[in-house]
Amino acid sequence: MLAHAIFFYFFSFVAIISAIMVTASKNTVHSVFFLILDFISISCLFIMIGAEFLGMIMLIVYVGAVAVLFLFVVMMLNVAQQKNQWFKSSDTSTHIPIGLIVSLIIFFELIIVIGGWKYKPDIIKNFSDSQISNSTNTHTIGSVLYTEYIHLFQISGMILLVAMIGAIVLTFRKREGVKRQNYFSQISREKNQGVELVEVKSKEGVKIDV
Amino acid sequence: MFEVSLGHYLTLGAIIFTIGVIGIFLNRKNVIVILMSIELILLAVNINLVSFSIFLQDLSGQIFTLFILTVAAAEAAIGLAIIVVYYRNAGTIRVEEIENLKG
Repeated sequence: MLAHAIFFYFFSFVAIISAIMVTASKNTVHSVFFLILDFISISCLFIMIGAEFLGMIMLIVYVGAVAVLFLFVVMMLNVAQQKNQWFKSSDTSTHIPIGLIVSLIIFFELIIVIGGWKYKPDIIKNFSDSQISNSTNTHTIGSVLYTEYIHLFQISGMILLVAMIGAIVLTFRKREGVKRQNYFSQISREKNQGVELVEVKSKEGVKIDV
Repeated sequence: MFEVSLGHYLTLGAIIFTIGVIGIFLNRKNVIVILMSIELILLAVNINLVSFSIFLQDLSGQIFTLFILTVAAAEAAIGLAIIVVYYRNAGTIRVEEIENLKG
């Protein structure tokens, strides 16, 4: 139990520090790296308390895809060296103190709710009776996800498809002076447009104009 | 103190959520950091769902965490595509110079 507590405090400390550094670091690339560190420590927490499938999925999806996507866009847009201007240009930003106040109020409300909240003790008993099993976390998630939540699963696949098409459509642009294939005009070409019969006189050759 | 309970995980989620909200409000850099703060907020929600799911022995929390993960990935892709298009059109993604909406 002591080791569990030590690991919990270590990982949560790393997670909180790196979350602060995501918002506070001067360089955007450093923010992305601290975001990766944050995701890794939180997924270690997930693996530690027994949700190992979600921890691994977090690593794959967030660190492997989303954070790399962020890094790619940051490097592509050349905004990495924009200096952070916290509290310096305070004449243009009047919403910083209000933002701090609202955030701290949200935090204290959450702490009050966590501290003064109790669930009924028979809830745990009911759930643990229904879903206790000897199989692994991945196995139980699969057995629930593909049976009870199959429609939500398919809808999430549709969401991913729409997001992919949307991202492609948004960032697509037509460039001038780039030769592209036009399948319709290629296929719909007739014989009399493509082939021409030329009478070639001897020793004169033929002039081809394309 | 050495007994890690549900409240510890909920407090961690609350702290990360608040850091994400502060990051949205106080950001003076580019919009990408705001997207990263939104990812932090979704991460805090995931922490809450997973810890409830473990401590109450109910798998629905982990299932919904999977769906939140899906939506977060889609949101990041769309948001970054919008940012790329805006940068191509306006030449900047600094927060204080984005003033088309007069906000």
